[in-house]
Amino acid sequence: MTAARPAIEGWFVDGDEPSLTGKRCDECGTYVFPPRAWTCPNPTCRSAQLSDVALSRTGTVWSYTTNHYEPPEPYIAPDPFEPYTIVAVELSGEGLVVLGQLDGDPAELRVGDSVELTTGVLYTDDEGPATIWRWRRVMQEATS
Amino acid sequence: VSSVIVAGIGMHPWGKWGRNFVEYGVDAARKALDDAGIAWTDVQFVSGADTVRNGYPGYVAGATFAQALGWTGAKVASSYAACASGATAIDVARMRILAGACDVALVVGADTTPKGFLAPTGGDRPDDPDWLRFRLLGATNTTYFGLYARRRMDLYGATELDFAKVKVKNSEAGQHNPNARYPKAFTVEQVLESPMVSDPLRLLNICATSDGGAAVVLVSEDYAKQHDVPTTVKVAAVSTVTPTYPNTVIEMPNFATDSAAVAGLPERPFRDDIAHAAYEEAGLGPEDLSLAEVYDLSSALELDWYENIGLCPPGEAEKLLNDGDTNLGGRIPVNPSGGLGAFGEAVPAQAIAQVCEVTWQLRGHAGARQVEGARVGLTANQGLFGHGSSVILTT
Repeated sequence: MTAARPAIEGWFVDGDEPSLTGKRCDECGTYVFPPRAWTCPNPTCRSAQLSDVALSRTGTVWSYTTNHYEPPEPYIAPDPFEPYTIVAVELSGEGLVVLGQLDGDPAELRVGDSVELTTGVLYTDDEGPATIWRWRRVMQEATS
Repeated sequence: VSSVIVAGIGMHPWGKWGRNFVEYGVDAARKALDDAGIAWTDVQFVSGADTVRNGYPGYVAGATFAQALGWTGAKVASSYAACASGATAIDVARMRILAGACDVALVVGADTTPKGFLAPTGGDRPDDPDWLRFRLLGATNTTYFGLYARRRMDLYGATELDFAKVKVKNSEAGQHNPNARYPKAFTVEQVLESPMVSDPLRLLNICATSDGGAAVVLVSEDYAKQHDVPTTVKVAAVSTVTPTYPNTVIEMPNFATDSAAVAGLPERPFRDDIAHAAYEEAGLGPEDLSLAEVYDLSSALELDWYENIGLCPPGEAEKLLNDGDTNLGGRIPVNPSGGLGAFGEAVPAQAIAQVCEVTWQLRGHAGARQVEGARVGLTANQGLFGHGSSVILTT
């Protein structure tokens, strides 16, 4: 069996507590995702020094949508195609809204729900499984 | 400051004709020149709006159209700004006129589109966000429209019925438009029974991709007076603004918004800025509008635009729609052309087509689509990667 590898290098760290990897400006503290190598995006800052930072693993749902048609390439869709949900999530600490696929059933999802980061297999090709970050709804009121 | 005059307008009908885009552009250009009563050989500047789906001729659209019409030695420029390309090409032309560098300019945009979803440029392109959003997320264009629509539902109580009513409203106006690809009235039931694409948006809520061409002839006020060109319709403003950091609304083709953690929230969201800059330049406000043509890539997005262009406060677009205010015959008709719902999108031609419609309206030549007593019209649109597009025309 081939080991899983990330579908993109350097954008997230897998593991028990996976996290997205952003950049934070050494000078003004502005965050940016996806990570980028060049200057700080804040127009009032001239810094070119950005450091890797693990972004908040939790956030709230800004919006979501389920796609019922197979997208064109380069998306690698399962055969047969299955609808999938994309969530826009407001991270709890960085003032960023980040997209990701939903891990779970969208039927109960609402704007404002709490979610946390997880990972899963995006597709499998000749080199084996490729993983990606996903968002998973956090059960707020567990039955006691 | 002297004005720039819309001397002529022309369109090749929208459809899925499958022919060379140059043919549509030339047809639209000839119609616009005839409409202006100006010979091609008198055009001093050609401003092309590019298409990126038709190979090299599309990247140099201005020269492509000039060659097709016959070389005259006219100066040329070609602009690409995604959906905003047409407005950018108009702005380039009117700025040359305002600078006194020319008196007669021809602006042309045309496209031939493939079937199905618009897809990114091919190949293996892992440093291109437009490629990566498909690869890593399956984030099609309609995904972003679905996100905006769902947010309206959960935040403001919008319903699928509201979205359907936008489509029905636009189709009722668009059925009278000879240039529309779908000149037919749809019913609420037809919309609600169409297949789900990006929940909550159904097929009939989403604009198709179309072939089409549109052109305008712009002239200086002096030229118009010297050559008896009617000065009925004037360009009062063209807004081609970019976002102001931080842009806090998730936008195509991005994976994330800018961060508001350090910079704080912007004074206005980007789409509000687009119209705001146009109003500022024209010295007008939303209360002055007779009509608006906005970019209904989805019928839900039209409701966002009502708020972005200041027709109502956030959260009240559904009320404006349901009160009939934006219907033909209402207080402030929106998309009397039928909008993208009736046309489908021919990217580089669409912002020019919006200007054609407002011009017909301000001349009183819109036939069964006519907005009574139209004096001021605004177009609004937004191009991928941060291109604003808004034009205000006045009588």
